[in-house]
Amino acid sequence: MKKRSIIPILYVAFLMLPIYWLVAMSFKTTNEILSGFSLFPQTFTLENYITIFTDPTWYWGYINSIVYVTLNTVLSVCVALPAAYAFSRYRFLGDKQLFFWLLTNRMAPAAVFALPFFQLYSSIGLFDTHLAVALAHTLFNVPLAVWILEGFMRGIPKELDETAYVDGYSFPRFFVTIFLPNIKAGVGVAAFFCFMFSWVEMLLAKTLTAVEAKPIAAVMTRTASSAGYELGLLAAAGTLTIIPGAIVIWFVRNYIARGFAMGRV
Amino acid sequence: MRTENQKAWFFVLPVLALVAFNALVPMMTVVNYSVQETFGNNQFFWEGLGWFEQILRSDRFQAALGRQFLFTFLILLIEVPLGIIVALSMPRKGFWVPVCLVLMALPMLIPWNVVGSMWNIFTLPKIGLMGYFLNDVLGINYDMTQQPLSAWITVIVMDVWHWTSLVVLLCYAGLVSIPDAYYQAAKIDGASPWSVFRYIQLPKMKTVLTIAVLLRFMDSFNIYTEPFVLTGGGPGNSTTLLSIDLVKIALGQFDLGPAAAMSLIYFAITLLVSWVFYTLMTKDDAE
Repeated sequence: MKKRSIIPILYVAFLMLPIYWLVAMSFKTTNEILSGFSLFPQTFTLENYITIFTDPTWYWGYINSIVYVTLNTVLSVCVALPAAYAFSRYRFLGDKQLFFWLLTNRMAPAAVFALPFFQLYSSIGLFDTHLAVALAHTLFNVPLAVWILEGFMRGIPKELDETAYVDGYSFPRFFVTIFLPNIKAGVGVAAFFCFMFSWVEMLLAKTLTAVEAKPIAAVMTRTASSAGYELGLLAAAGTLTIIPGAIVIWFVRNYIARGFAMGRV
Repeated sequence: MRTENQKAWFFVLPVLALVAFNALVPMMTVVNYSVQETFGNNQFFWEGLGWFEQILRSDRFQAALGRQFLFTFLILLIEVPLGIIVALSMPRKGFWVPVCLVLMALPMLIPWNVVGSMWNIFTLPKIGLMGYFLNDVLGINYDMTQQPLSAWITVIVMDVWHWTSLVVLLCYAGLVSIPDAYYQAAKIDGASPWSVFRYIQLPKMKTVLTIAVLLRFMDSFNIYTEPFVLTGGGPGNSTTLLSIDLVKIALGQFDLGPAAAMSLIYFAITLLVSWVFYTLMTKDDAE
């Protein structure tokens, strides 16, 4: 048993190395970075972080990202809940075809949608708003949420529904007070995955915004090209983008694997 | 057993409306462009299937498609076995399990452009940890802005770093669902570690492994941001994968016709694989 655990340890070490390097760089001065190699920051500085927290273009990048990610998560889970219930409980005309069609949107290359999305959201006057990015991300998050929730709902026996109806519960009351608490792990996992994929996706988010709703990624690329490649600043900005993910993942740690399997383990 | 009820459609309507708005309108735009020629000023002329023929015959598309298949093939070849090995050697319970899982999932929660920037910083010669180690400690000549091979290795290692955990997590979820009694029975029968793997663990992992392989296929086939930030498709065109090329044509050169035709061909390939995925999954569900 002891000998075997060397593999996961090596693997985790491999995963942590680039992250360590990013964090270490963020505490170095530009001078130190350019003057040569050093494993630990020699002159420890918080200057890069101070720049980010005092410059509105920087911290608004984070706020914008968090706003559209939250909007997208709420929207995706809310529309996915009734649909997942329908798929898990009923057979209806075209259900299989519909499910497959939803799935194809999860598999569509984002690059295919970049240009038509730009034109679509410009023409309805939503270009450069948080709502545009949130709506665009529902393309792949709604199917995902339906899948995950359907997997979790299928694990709840149908007798629960029937008993509740016999007891005189109306459907909405049953759904909110009895059914939802039973699948709250599933709702958590679905929300987590919507958060995750909306947080990491950058191509559509960048294409659909210009100034007002500019995500942190766009701020980063602009800085990288305009300010003579300030590596320390870039590293600090990158480090800060890891933190929200690290926080939310802790809450769903026991369900991550089941979520990735779309509730089908 | 699910009951027949057509009213269930009302539950699906919000999803249908939202996804249809996001999928059908852009898709029709793409189809429109793919059969027309434009000289600007919003004037369009019927082009028929000309763009499709041109794209399919062009060396540029074929090269990008070839690179894309090679990339996806290498990714699956490395990530799937590695993921299985790591999952098999993970402890089943204990304090370290959740810590391990969270640390492993961490790379997947980093925005894709940051993943690219991170590996850029990590591999810079002289300055980056990996670049310094390879060049100055081991004496290997490594510079991914100059050598196509170095660029390819870096892009692949980056993707292994980024996504192998997905395979690990899925396989691990399959493994923990095996009851202890199976292992005890195998022990009594004197089964070798190989036969335990072959006849107990592998069958239990079948469903999750199918999901893992196909998710990895699809996501690596659609990859854009990470290699774009890391190499920009270079040096030369050596790491220009399908999505990178498509965005270059569509948003860089604004060649709407060819870009749209290429989008549809690209999407058709993905759709074909999705169909295989769906068939495999529903077959498993039916059993």
